[in-house]
Amino acid sequence: MSLSQWVPLVVLFTLATLFALFSVTIAPYIGPRRYNKAKLEAYECGIEPTPTPPGGSRFPVKFYLTAMLFIIFDIEIVFLYPWAVAFDSLGMFGFVEMLLFIVTVFVAYTYVWRRGGLDWD
Amino acid sequence: MNDIQLPAIDYAALLPMLIVFGAACVGILVEAFAPRGWRFVIQVSLTIGGLVAGLVAIIVNRDLEITTIGGAVTVDGPGLFLQGAIIILGIVSLGLIAERRLERGGPFVAEAAHAANSDGDKRQEREPGATEVFPLTLFAIAGMMLFCVSGDLLTMFVALEVFSLPLYLLCGLARRRRLISQEAALKYFLLGAFASAFFLYGVALLYGYAGTVSLTGIREGVLQSEQSGILLAAGLALLAIGLLFKAAAVPFHVWTPDVYQGAPTPVTALMAACTKAAAFGGLLRVFNVAFETTAWDWQPVLATVAILTMVVGSILAVAQTDIKRLLAYSSVANAGYLLVGVVSLNGAVGSSLFYLIAYGFSVLGAFAMVTLVRDSEGEATHLSRWAGLGKGSPLFSALFTFLMLGFAGIPLTSGFTSKFALFSSAWDSDQSVLVIVGVLSSVVLAFPYLKVVVLLWLNPPGEETPTVSVPSMLTRAVIFAGVAVTFVLGVAPSFLLDIVADAGPFLAK
Repeated sequence: MSLSQWVPLVVLFTLATLFALFSVTIAPYIGPRRYNKAKLEAYECGIEPTPTPPGGSRFPVKFYLTAMLFIIFDIEIVFLYPWAVAFDSLGMFGFVEMLLFIVTVFVAYTYVWRRGGLDWD
Repeated sequence: MNDIQLPAIDYAALLPMLIVFGAACVGILVEAFAPRGWRFVIQVSLTIGGLVAGLVAIIVNRDLEITTIGGAVTVDGPGLFLQGAIIILGIVSLGLIAERRLERGGPFVAEAAHAANSDGDKRQEREPGATEVFPLTLFAIAGMMLFCVSGDLLTMFVALEVFSLPLYLLCGLARRRRLISQEAALKYFLLGAFASAFFLYGVALLYGYAGTVSLTGIREGVLQSEQSGILLAAGLALLAIGLLFKAAAVPFHVWTPDVYQGAPTPVTALMAACTKAAAFGGLLRVFNVAFETTAWDWQPVLATVAILTMVVGSILAVAQTDIKRLLAYSSVANAGYLLVGVVSLNGAVGSSLFYLIAYGFSVLGAFAMVTLVRDSEGEATHLSRWAGLGKGSPLFSALFTFLMLGFAGIPLTSGFTSKFALFSSAWDSDQSVLVIVGVLSSVVLAFPYLKVVVLLWLNPPGEETPTVSVPSMLTRAVIFAGVAVTFVLGVAPSFLLDIVADAGPFLAK
């Protein structure tokens, strides 16, 4: 095995390191400095980071529920795409199996819907 | 594009798991549509019905030996035995999960996520508990069943997650002492996820080594592969870490006492009996099928882990002051004895299976009795509170004494016959050092059990001795099953020993 086939990898690695070093070093010098409250937050994602009193407190879990629901359907799509691409060759067997899969996902969905997981307030 | 080979599927072999998974899905629908007042009754009947139907399907399958769905599932003698054991132990532990007389609303709360001591948390202490625990238990049991018959490492990983995730959640649902219950759930989840990552990395390296994830494929790969042996060693080590974590072997046991103590006692019982059986089912299969031919490389390492587990588990059990933590360290030590069975390979598969059943029933009985000793705060698990219980509650103390003697390995109990069977088959497989350490550590381990017995009968009662509550028929049945099986397997073990001998070796082709 010759080492030459690894050269692109080494080049990529070097470039990536240089780019990371370059951007981190240059950012404080050329970036505009306009401080506001949002700059102090860990993530600018829409949830107010709760100022928690010692011992913990309550915080809304709505986004968390939505994210979990998203994962249910996300995983479903992950499996639906390859099935759709190979639909002809998988035939009736694939169709029935996929129906069963969708039914089980639907069971979880029904639970969430009936228990009020879809109500925002 | 059009020559995709569909794998042959033997539905009979999958039927037990399909039944339990199906019952779990129906259970979710019951949660969605059944009126609140009816849920408990429907869920209990559905869960027991599903498990019994699964057990019947296993008994019908008893002579089946087949690899199906493209090698993903291997149903063989030991696999079917383990599935049956998990279902039976699951049915018994369901008695504790469904108990509603000891605690108004059952041993679980409805929502795990309330911050401990918040208003919502105090409110739900008086409300009936979640009936979701039943489908969750079914999912966990079905995952364990799949784990024991996995034919490749990816199926095994999926099964591992399927049975772990419900357990993480169940750990956080204790009605009393919410804070340590939530702590248990979080610790178990974080460490469990960490261990899963090790498992998965091991699978990846083994795939790199053997070019396949199927256990039989790796077995052939060990003989033929041209890849570096480091891949095999590293992959096997990482895979073993993931499995040994679930089995609670030292040094991957640190979660065990905290989780066993914090989890609701019915869930602790389920984990100690069923998860133990599943974890060792997986360990036995992986080492006997995939890595038997490279045994010289890993046996010394696993033997060291076994010795550490036996020694650390039994010595730390001596120092415990809480009955649930004591049983947790005892389960660590028992994991060490079972590891002796894993190191001994094919010679000790049967006696390991026997041990899992015997230990499972004893530990279910013991945890069932732990749920009975109560004061106004819930279960009184600190050992000092148990002092002098023998005066007021002789029957309770007598039964608990019997189970403790069983754990200590006194003759006429299953603790003796199972240790004897396991150690003698290990001796025949030339693991004499392990057997000697095992016998010595079980002598050490007898001390904490006898300490509890002395505490029950000879110590004077404390100022506020808790009461022994009278449970419903469900918990009584669990205690009866635990004590009866501990006795029967101690006196007449031959019928079960015949069954495990008939189960034969793992299917390795």
